[in-house]
Amino acid sequence: MGNFLVWVVWLAAAFACLGSGVAVVSVTNPFYSALALIGNLGSLAVLFLLLSAEFVAAAQVLVYAGAVAVMFLFVIAYLGGQADAPWAGGSSWQRWAAVIAASALLLEIVMVIGLKAGGRLSDEADVRESFGSPAEIGRFFLTDQLLAFEITSIVLLVAAIGGVILGAHSRAGGVPREEGAGERTLPERAPSVPATSVGAGVPER
Amino acid sequence: MRGPDTTWYLAVSAILFAIGTLGVLLRRSPLIVLLSLEIMLNSGNLALITFARQGGNLDGQIFALAVMAVAASEVVVGLGLIVAMARRRLALDVDKLTTLRG
Repeated sequence: MGNFLVWVVWLAAAFACLGSGVAVVSVTNPFYSALALIGNLGSLAVLFLLLSAEFVAAAQVLVYAGAVAVMFLFVIAYLGGQADAPWAGGSSWQRWAAVIAASALLLEIVMVIGLKAGGRLSDEADVRESFGSPAEIGRFFLTDQLLAFEITSIVLLVAAIGGVILGAHSRAGGVPREEGAGERTLPERAPSVPATSVGAGVPER
Repeated sequence: MRGPDTTWYLAVSAILFAIGTLGVLLRRSPLIVLLSLEIMLNSGNLALITFARQGGNLDGQIFALAVMAVAASEVVVGLGLIVAMARRRLALDVDKLTTLRG
């Protein structure tokens, strides 16, 4: 009975995952695409739970469905979300090349996994009850994987600085570096420009 | 045997990766390209966690968390670029963005 329940949950999560993935790629309205991505991430979190990765599943819901998807939705709302048909534009050979490249990649992944690990995939290791729990992950992060932990923090810091710089660039309207100098010369330049144009224009007429 | 074994999870991961690749190659809006990239990163995460469970080793889950942080950073920078492009009234079409000049 327990096995049956696991299969039912797995099938529901897997089909929801693949279906929402197809929806993200094929829906024309970007707003619905982002909503389908939330469904995709949620069903992936269910799959993570089935693989006894509780902390990663929680982080997935918090980080992706909480932060990343909301950021996507805000940007789409800000930009107005122009509809963009998935098959519109571009030449037809580009579309066929995209489909062929994606299916070739799928075939390569299946071949490599099947050839390299085909015989050993069915025997899973027996894991203890606390495998993947927050306590275990935290202990692992602060002992064996401390370097990865610190590098992750540096990556996040650099990304935050990059986001701030990109936002400042776009707010200054293309000339961000001369912003301080421009503010100083602006009162001098503003009256001088009409003065020269008037002075050049009046004697001619 | 309890539930589906590793092969099934890996099949889902591979198909999801192919779907994400298709989205990156096919769509023109940079927003949808970023969303498809998220799908690709997440399918990689699923494969990592599947192998972590199969090997009984927590390293895969740690790597998946690191991938999650990198994906969040990538979204921040990518969305910042898209907003900057929209403010300069550039076309949000990856086929038309052929130069790096602002």
